[in-house]
Amino acid sequence: MTCDEARILLHALIDGELDAGHAREVETHVATCPSCAAELSAHRQMREAMSKADLRFTAPASLRRRIDAALPGTLAKPAATPSNIVPLASRRSMLRGFAFGSALSALAATLVVGVVLRNDDRQLIESEIVSAHLRSLQPGHLIDVVSTDQHTVKPWFNGKLDVSPPVTDLTAQGFTLIGGRLDYVDARAIGAVVYKRRAHIINLFVAQTSSTARQPARTETIQGFNIRRWSDRGMNFWAVSDIGADELAEFGDKFEAATQANKEG
Amino acid sequence: MPHLDDVYTLARYLLRNAADAEDAVQECYLRALKHFDTYRGPAMKPWLFAILRNVCRAEYARRVAAPSATIDAPEATEQTPLWHEEQQTPEAALLRERDASAIRRLVDTLAEPFRETFVLREINDLSYREIADAVGAPVGTVMSRLARARAMLRSAWLAEQEQSK
Repeated sequence: MTCDEARILLHALIDGELDAGHAREVETHVATCPSCAAELSAHRQMREAMSKADLRFTAPASLRRRIDAALPGTLAKPAATPSNIVPLASRRSMLRGFAFGSALSALAATLVVGVVLRNDDRQLIESEIVSAHLRSLQPGHLIDVVSTDQHTVKPWFNGKLDVSPPVTDLTAQGFTLIGGRLDYVDARAIGAVVYKRRAHIINLFVAQTSSTARQPARTETIQGFNIRRWSDRGMNFWAVSDIGADELAEFGDKFEAATQANKEG
Repeated sequence: MPHLDDVYTLARYLLRNAADAEDAVQECYLRALKHFDTYRGPAMKPWLFAILRNVCRAEYARRVAAPSATIDAPEATEQTPLWHEEQQTPEAALLRERDASAIRRLVDTLAEPFRETFVLREINDLSYREIADAVGAPVGTVMSRLARARAMLRSAWLAEQEQSK
């Protein structure tokens, strides 16, 4: 790999967009090329510096009202192509309420996989994660190893996975460890650590990733479930639950803090 | 209103003006509703962004016509060679942390196609493929614009830091 190639691809590496093979190639080049290594660490550092500031804007409430007021007027107009008309009411509810439904099945058809880019489209993975969460809630599917002891759950994963998921008891913080499970997402074995918050189940899925960079947490909602996703030390984490996004964020923060403390202590 | 904050955020960075951004966002949602039949799920965000982009193009054109307003020339800057503006060893120069408004100001100095790609990636959190869909460019172009945007932003960041010493 030449430096010119590496200097473009290292950004894809930072962004977690490379497949495992190309990620290895870039990492190999960087290991032997001080100037590309400096470039990589410089951009990681900028990302780090940026991640602490909230660069997003929030739309003012007046704008929301303005658009709300303007929308019904447009609805009265006839659509241009009669053959394709989606009933206006459903268009409106789509824009307002936004249910995916059949759109998800179109995903497989529209997925074009690049040569270089990783093919685990994030959305596809996340919908599989939600499916795995739903499956786990079926009777008898939740837990393979039942234990509230982290020293029982963690060794149980040995030999079953290519990673050792960090298992931390968060009972004192309001999230009770109740066990672990082996699951399959994207045709790969994945570890699931199961926690309970009041009557709610939280599945924490852990899988290996080629990138060792820390990616800050992001929360999305799929089919009414909140998914909080982050990466750390070569592992991807997805916490899925029907608890509110704020409580799930609390879970994620406490889990990360506890894991951090375990590593350092 | 799905993704209103996302769309508004992009509009603010593209137009660099709150009032224009609000107008553009409103127009974007009106157009989205009108052209809903062109929507191919499931990624609603890139689709809305593509519409917003078109709205903003019209706003750029209006600004060019109005002599008082200024705007970047998007195409001219794209020809400049990649890299090389950063000759000092990067690891020697550490970026000082800045608050959001200072970083936004730095992002605002980027020329249009780079700023757009950068914001879609770093702030709107789109994947490369989603950015390619939204801006109607190949993924390779997205990657090289992003690489260049980050290099330029870093230089600007360091330069500003140098000045304020």
